[in-house]
Amino acid sequence: MRKIEPLLAILLAGAMIAAAIAAPWLRFVLTIALAKGIAVMGILLLLRAGQVSFGHALYIAFGAYTVAFLAPRFGDAMILLPLAAVGAGALGLVIGLFVTRYRQIFFGMLNLAMSMVFYSLLEKLYAITKGSDGIRVEIMPVAGQALDRITYEWTIFGIALGLAFVLGLLLRLYLASPMGEALAGIKTRETRLEFMGVPARGVLLSAYVMSAVLGGIGGALIAMTSRHVTPLLAYWTSSGELVFIAILGGAGGVLGPFLGAAGYELVRVYAAASFADAWQMILGAVLLLVILFAPGGLWGMAARAIGGRGR
Amino acid sequence: MSEVLLQATGLRLAFGGVKAADGIDLGVMKGEFLAIIGPNGAGKTTFINMTTGYLRPNAGEISYEGQRITGMSPRAIVKRGIARSFQLPQLFLEHTVEQNVALAVASRDGIWSPLTPLLRPGYRDEARDLLERFGLTGIAETRADALNEGARKLADIAMAVALKPRLLLMDEPTSGVAASEKMDVVETLARVLRDAKVTAVFVEHDMDVVERFADRVAVWSQGRIAALGPPGEVLSDPAVQREVIGIERHA
Ligand SMILES: Nc1ncnc2c1ncn2[C@@H]1O[C@H](COP(=O)(O)OP(=O)(O)OP(=O)(O)O)[C@@H](O)[C@H]1O
Ligand SMILES: [Mg+2]
Repeated sequence: MRKIEPLLAILLAGAMIAAAIAAPWLRFVLTIALAKGIAVMGILLLLRAGQVSFGHALYIAFGAYTVAFLAPRFGDAMILLPLAAVGAGALGLVIGLFVTRYRQIFFGMLNLAMSMVFYSLLEKLYAITKGSDGIRVEIMPVAGQALDRITYEWTIFGIALGLAFVLGLLLRLYLASPMGEALAGIKTRETRLEFMGVPARGVLLSAYVMSAVLGGIGGALIAMTSRHVTPLLAYWTSSGELVFIAILGGAGGVLGPFLGAAGYELVRVYAAASFADAWQMILGAVLLLVILFAPGGLWGMAARAIGGRGR
Repeated sequence: MSEVLLQATGLRLAFGGVKAADGIDLGVMKGEFLAIIGPNGAGKTTFINMTTGYLRPNAGEISYEGQRITGMSPRAIVKRGIARSFQLPQLFLEHTVEQNVALAVASRDGIWSPLTPLLRPGYRDEARDLLERFGLTGIAETRADALNEGARKLADIAMAVALKPRLLLMDEPTSGVAASEKMDVVETLARVLRDAKVTAVFVEHDMDVVERFADRVAVWSQGRIAALGPPGEVLSDPAVQREVIGIERHA
């Protein structure tokens, strides 16, 4: 199964490129899907440790607002992306020092609380954030090149795809490393880690920071694509969406988040177009079916179809 | 053989009204195999928990290699060379047996390498080698939550041994191991530990095992050490037979 994974990733990437060529509006949808997929890899990391964060949209919003705030000053995607990643990582470290003391529902709810504080700040500090109106992001140069709109959109799509590949590969290596396996050990026998001389909380904290970085990158890409940021990015429903995508895609492999995000965005777009009033219901039904009949998510289904294990 | 490796002095710990440790004085000699016997609830596990930093005594002191370790964290104590196995095996249930042991091997280096696989040749070979010595090769790739109790117990001990401790504390290493395999298992374990010059303290309910493998026996009773000495002497003491072994046989 692990051998087929890279091949599947290439096929999926090829399909995305083909779709983006075929229909320009799909290019937009798929760039957002890739950005969310990157952020959902952070959810997957925490799921490995048996922890669910209901507040990770905080890091998406942080990455997105970093781009919105700093674009006028450092107007280049190649500078803003690393800034968003590092900033989100630093914020993740500060919040992580606190939330990684807790597990399970407390961990989930504390993350939610943090994200709602951040949401309120974005809403209320109108002078800085323009409140719920949000901030527009202009088309920006990439690596010093000024681009027209179409080229810019393709470039961001390409960057998102490239980052998804590289980060997915790194995550895959990490999960199979001693550090990644120790992280998974937190889920089943945290105390044993301590009796092996491994600081379990340090392991979880480092994963938490990584997940924040992934969120920050995803958020920066979203800001560059939608070119408008609002506090809604940090709202609890956005965090729920990330968990939704993680479950839909399956936590068994790094492709899960991208299958989940692509599936989610496509269903959302089609359902919203065809059944304007009922698309949430359709998403809910899809999630219910996945939980009941395919607990390994889309990735688990794909893995089983090919004849391996989804983990 | 006469050098003291671990010294406990006046250890006391009460849970509510229960005195789980009520003045424990015990020196463990370097290189010896010391058995702890005693009825249920006597405080045997509590002693191991205090020695490994899981519980902090209300009073008393523990020193190891001449240095005070009382009140240190389990992590700090492991780093000094004391490992333990558990009465109820503590395995990473969603990992295979091989991964469990390899993780213990890797933890000696810290586990901070994020990009090279856990099952790299160095770690895997050492884990495989240990599993072979414990007769667990056949289940190396079985997930820990699918093992029977005996195998769980052995894997749990293998993980502790993989840490290369100088002192190993084992809480009922043979419980759950089938009676027909028990002696073989202990024989193997004793060989592994002697080869590695590991000092061992083990809680044991099987007097045949104690008689055959322990250099000394400590008899625990209501948080105290009621008797201490070579198995031949201690186990034939009528008081010990009545109070401990009699109870054990019925337990
Ligand atoms: N963490 C704890 N909290 C409360 N009471 C405890 C705790 N640990 C042990 N005890 C109590 O202390 C006493 C000694 O327990 P301990 O587990 O050390 O006994 P033991 O000799 O290992 O018994 P067994 O042979 O059943 O394993 C018991 O009465 C037990 O209920
Ligand atoms: Mg016990």
